[in-house]
Amino acid sequence: MDQLLQHLVNGLVLGGTYALLGIGLTLIFGLMNVVNFAHGEFYTLGAYVAFAALTLAGVNFIVGILAAIVAGAALGWLCEVTLLRPLRNESIDTTMLVMIGVWIAMQNGELLVWGGVAKSIPHPFPTAPLVMGPVAIAPLRVIVLVLAVGLIASSWLLIHQTKLGRAMRATFQDRDTAALMGVSIGRVHAATFAFGSALASAAGALLGPVFLAYPSMGDLASLKAFSVVILGGLGNLTGATVGGLLLGIAEELGAGYISSGYRDAVGFVIIIMVLVLRPSGLFARQERIG
Amino acid sequence: MTLAVSDLAVSFGGVTALDGVSFTVRPGSITSIIGPNGAGKTTAFNAITGYLQPTAGRINYDGAALTGLRPSAIARRGVVRTFQRTSVFPSLSVADNVLTGLHLSSTAGFLDVLVRRRWLVLEESSLHTDVEEIIGFVGLGHRRDEMASTLPYGEQRLVELALALAARPRVLLLDEPGAGMTGAEKTVVSGLIRQVREQGVTILLVEHDMRMVMGISDTVIVLNHGRVIAEGTPGEIQAHPDVIRAYLGAPRGAA
Amino acid sequence: MTALGRGLLAAAMVTLPFWLADPYYLHVVIMAGIFGVLALSLNLLLGYAGQLSLGHAAFFGIGAYTSALLTLKREWSFWPALAAAIALAAAAGWIIGRLALKLRGAYFVLVTISFAGVISLVSVNWIELTNGPLGLPGVPAPDLGPWSLRTKAAYYYLVLAAVALSYAVCRRLVRSRIGRAFVALRENEPLAESIGVDVTHYLVLAAVVSAAMAGLGGSLYAHYTRFVSPEVFLFTYTVTMVIMVVAGGKGTLAGPLVGAVLFTALPEALRLAASWQWQMLAYGSLLVLLVFFLPRGIVPQIVASFSGHPRSAPTSRTPLQ
Repeated sequence: MDQLLQHLVNGLVLGGTYALLGIGLTLIFGLMNVVNFAHGEFYTLGAYVAFAALTLAGVNFIVGILAAIVAGAALGWLCEVTLLRPLRNESIDTTMLVMIGVWIAMQNGELLVWGGVAKSIPHPFPTAPLVMGPVAIAPLRVIVLVLAVGLIASSWLLIHQTKLGRAMRATFQDRDTAALMGVSIGRVHAATFAFGSALASAAGALLGPVFLAYPSMGDLASLKAFSVVILGGLGNLTGATVGGLLLGIAEELGAGYISSGYRDAVGFVIIIMVLVLRPSGLFARQERIG
Repeated sequence: MTLAVSDLAVSFGGVTALDGVSFTVRPGSITSIIGPNGAGKTTAFNAITGYLQPTAGRINYDGAALTGLRPSAIARRGVVRTFQRTSVFPSLSVADNVLTGLHLSSTAGFLDVLVRRRWLVLEESSLHTDVEEIIGFVGLGHRRDEMASTLPYGEQRLVELALALAARPRVLLLDEPGAGMTGAEKTVVSGLIRQVREQGVTILLVEHDMRMVMGISDTVIVLNHGRVIAEGTPGEIQAHPDVIRAYLGAPRGAA
Repeated sequence: MTALGRGLLAAAMVTLPFWLADPYYLHVVIMAGIFGVLALSLNLLLGYAGQLSLGHAAFFGIGAYTSALLTLKREWSFWPALAAAIALAAAAGWIIGRLALKLRGAYFVLVTISFAGVISLVSVNWIELTNGPLGLPGVPAPDLGPWSLRTKAAYYYLVLAAVALSYAVCRRLVRSRIGRAFVALRENEPLAESIGVDVTHYLVLAAVVSAAMAGLGGSLYAHYTRFVSPEVFLFTYTVTMVIMVVAGGKGTLAGPLVGAVLFTALPEALRLAASWQWQMLAYGSLLVLLVFFLPRGIVPQIVASFSGHPRSAPTSRTPLQ
């Protein structure tokens, strides 16, 4: 029982960052119909930007995370404008191939810049765990969870309370009608891709200090983001949040009670099971955004 | 050889699209289904050809149930449809479209193809003869080697008709074959439909163009709000008070 | 290609080990052949049936492991092990075909990726069977009756035969009603159904044949490198296959082979000039450039420029949800 609580808490921390990854991807996938295989590379980017900011520039932890968010948004915007915008009317396969290309190029670019050796990202928090009853948790993990929740809440506000969010929701419902109503599809797409990439980058900057930063870390991150999207339903923010938390917890339980070697199999199995048994996602009443 | 629809009902999440629709299509006839937009015409087509599962009711053809069968199995039984939106194999030539459409006229299985059985040559050459015949029939001989997606709209609809004919239908369901065509093209299509019928194919037609419907149909069925409100010869339908009301006094979206 | 050209090509292929004596070049040719089989296999599913499988390395890896394990642990000889490798990969293809029947586009891709991911994790973690990350060294070289196919020249002929066989299978399928049914599914699935094409049957068939062919490639790879490890499931292999097919021309018979030769030779040529990372960076960028500037691939482009007008070559028009 005590062990179970510990797994749940660890799972929640992981799950918060998975939710960030998932929200970013579900917006890009749902709104732009782009299967963004490079999503995980923005996660990697975030981890390395945080590493660079914290070690090389020696800035404060929060500033490091903000730097990662800004870098993710900027590169995401660039990616949309240069690569995806010209292909907006092409088939989903075409953009998918382009994003696979971006994925390979980004990953090996990171490998060239940072080398293959994993980097440990410093953080200012004490390493002694906080003990609360049967549960022990490192202060860093608490901070990560708090920041993740904050970012999820901000995303929710952005989608539901801003003009941009309204334009995004309209575009998701029906691109042509939204365009007729005066929504600039180009700007919405660029903003969506930048925003989604920034969230992925934030997730990398948050989880990077908990684990390590290495060039291929994005592969599993992409996969987890896809599991979350599938679990939550396309374009469904609540689904992605809940799905992210569930995936984090399921992984911790799988690693704790089955075998740590199969931790990453949880995501794969979820994808297969959900797609085969309930293709519209676990929580999907109807595909929607918001 | 009769296509019989009885008590057909279809609803999508609480919205009733068809509600107890029954009619029979007499073998060898040209029967049209008309009705205002949203009356359920295309829904009926989709249900008959297996593209959606009816909530209730039965569809029988030649004494056997079609309900629950997949579209390909229904096509194999001789009930073949076309689509409301132009539907061709876009990047294939007209000839390859029709050749693909002849799927049911050939029998070769995986192993036959792998070991290249001798009769395959004969089968293929007879298919190619059929291709020329069908292309000639719809009058697309001059477009034979052009990519279907590059043809003008009216000709793409003819490719679609050729594809459906290649499946060797005994009942042919045409979903607005004249939509978007010029008057001259519609005349050509009407002529083709008559010729197909003369070859013994039963025709079931959804069409908005009243002149075309009244000109070629033996029987007209009128749907409104998911129900059959009238059935009869073109003359009877034109004089039917309920039909006039449905079209002129329809509360939403007249045709 | 004219009959003369075809004859010359065949003669060059058959006599190749006699005039290309350098074992390094022969090695590159053999790898190109193995990748040729894999690219042909992926093309059947991606180019003709219009379903992008990004789990193709799984079928390749299943073939490699099956063949290696049976020859090493059960001491089977090469030929029955090869048959078993093909059969097991085909069975995996059948499972994927059945699972993914209702899924199209991105969802199909995700299921295939996940399938490959699970298989890969099993190969790492089921140490009693697979020896885990250390892999299985000492996979025996094949024999043909009294002759060992240990030398590169002999193995070349084995691979050449496999390429020829795979090509012949693809060609016969594509030029039959089966291939036309595949293309019909790619082009317009509802229309294909309306003319009587049984979607289930043909999708599963495409997946099974494609997987079987990838299994053949895997077995050939295992007995050539004589070593199998979880690396055979690397996503890089799948991506390499995709690039070969897309660059060569998906939905064409010659395209995957042209792509395989090009993208086996190119990295080898670049190897002296640049590190692996630079190569992969170039690969990724190249994939992007291909989509932008050569979307139909090399072979259709050549055909189009020779015939003077664009022919009815397949484009990337794939029916998706």
